[in-house]
Amino acid sequence: MIHDIFIAPFAEFGFMRRALVGGMALSIAGGPVGVFLMLRRMSLTGDAMAHAILPGVAVGYLLFGLSLWPMTVGGLAAGFAVAMLAGVVARVTVLKEDASLAAFYLLSLALGVTIVSLKGSNVDLLHVLFGSVLALGDETLLLLAGIATITLGIMAVIYRPLVLDTVDPGFLRSVSGAGTPVHLVFLALVVLNLVGGFNALGTLLAVGLMMLPAASSRFWSADIGAMIGIAVLIGCLSSLIGLLASYHLNLAAGPAIILAAGLLYLLSMMFGRREGLFWKAFPGRHLSA
Amino acid sequence: MTAATGITFLDATLGYDRRPAVHHLSGRIEPGALLAVVGPNGAGKSTLLKGLVGALKPLQGRIDTGGLTCQDIAYLPQAADIDRSFPISVFDLVSAGRWRTAGLFGGFGSADKAAAQEALMAVGLGGFNNRPIGSLSGGQLQRALFARLLLQDAKLILLDEPFTAIDTKTSADLLALIRRWHGERRTVIAVLHDMDMVREHFPETLLLAREAIAWGKTGEALRPENLLSARRMIEAHDPHAVPCAQAA
Repeated sequence: MIHDIFIAPFAEFGFMRRALVGGMALSIAGGPVGVFLMLRRMSLTGDAMAHAILPGVAVGYLLFGLSLWPMTVGGLAAGFAVAMLAGVVARVTVLKEDASLAAFYLLSLALGVTIVSLKGSNVDLLHVLFGSVLALGDETLLLLAGIATITLGIMAVIYRPLVLDTVDPGFLRSVSGAGTPVHLVFLALVVLNLVGGFNALGTLLAVGLMMLPAASSRFWSADIGAMIGIAVLIGCLSSLIGLLASYHLNLAAGPAIILAAGLLYLLSMMFGRREGLFWKAFPGRHLSA
Repeated sequence: MTAATGITFLDATLGYDRRPAVHHLSGRIEPGALLAVVGPNGAGKSTLLKGLVGALKPLQGRIDTGGLTCQDIAYLPQAADIDRSFPISVFDLVSAGRWRTAGLFGGFGSADKAAAQEALMAVGLGGFNNRPIGSLSGGQLQRALFARLLLQDAKLILLDEPFTAIDTKTSADLLALIRRWHGERRTVIAVLHDMDMVREHFPETLLLAREAIAWGKTGEALRPENLLSARRMIEAHDPHAVPCAQAA
């Protein structure tokens, strides 16, 4: 019984195993990136960037059809361009980063949809928007694993200045010029992970596996290291639950994974040990000191 | 521990959008000085400190810090833009003061940890190591920031209204640290509003009201006629202001 529900789908079908490995690779890299996006009040930046990579993906698709590398390179190019343009405009004009990013991502998204509609059928558009987690090839898995490796390596290097730039940017500015370069490197990591995510989950859902586990982790710990670990765990668990639900209930796999992450978020919000709603309603008697 | 040559203002004008906040300031701060900067709101006190840390380039003239780099200067701004909801412990926040030795990637060894612990004890925050910074009161956070300043081991220490909204006991404790720094021949420049505190603890004072009204021994600088003329400074922008006659 338990074997039938939890083990058999993965034991019997290679595409399920691949999907699980892909989801876990995304979760491992997305955890730390998502936690820092949230702590830097940039949760919606991930969403905007996910839209911004569309025209690059679309151009790759237009020139080479549905093929991994052109679409990946196109997505990276568009994402980096929007991130850097928004960052530069925010620093040299009166516009703040959120306003300039909104302007560029809307421009980018409209361009992307126009390009896709020039040639593609609806099926192709659905692939680009919602991904195909059940059809991950060797190349895609290698790409996802590579992105996870690069992300963890770079995060380890920029961890200290990134923490300081988030908690006390004025102090970092007063002792070091690392703030701005670290911010740009971090944005590049966000783009890298979204482009990785779009192969599996599509541009619209890629950000879900990044932000939902990060937001959940806040309800379990007040230590940033622990939060990152918890976010990774929740992401992996979401992939597992989502894929099983998709298999047994015949649901679309990508959205099922994000729905699972959403469910874990709601549970965390209710029962998380740090200010979960349930514990707030029943806090117990107050302490003496 | 002293800056060899001191700090020199050479006809320095600092401001925003071409309007001067500090106008034609010339003078010298000797190494190891303990200087209070006083003056009405809008007199350019914070602007002066920003100019010293290099966050603001002079509109005209020059500020010569005598070869000090940003690593030699510790700066506590008026309202530190600290995100107090960030999940970081008091110990980790204070440890950032060792940036000069630990830097981006350097290890944080037992000597660094001991130094951070000692700094926490010195500001009266022993036992606060693992507390998240969000749980600190205003005064406790200010103590933590002073611990970070201690760790920075800087030759020049700039404090912008460090005792605003701080109770007398905490002020007295932190003031003792400032005297300790003075004893170690570090240069300390503090923007203050409490005249009694300035008269009691700060040997030198710069009375600023856009221009330097008086600069020297505290007793001299804070004479009633000087304070009166500082109060006459006009804060509002003149919409018809023409370029300054002394502007280069």
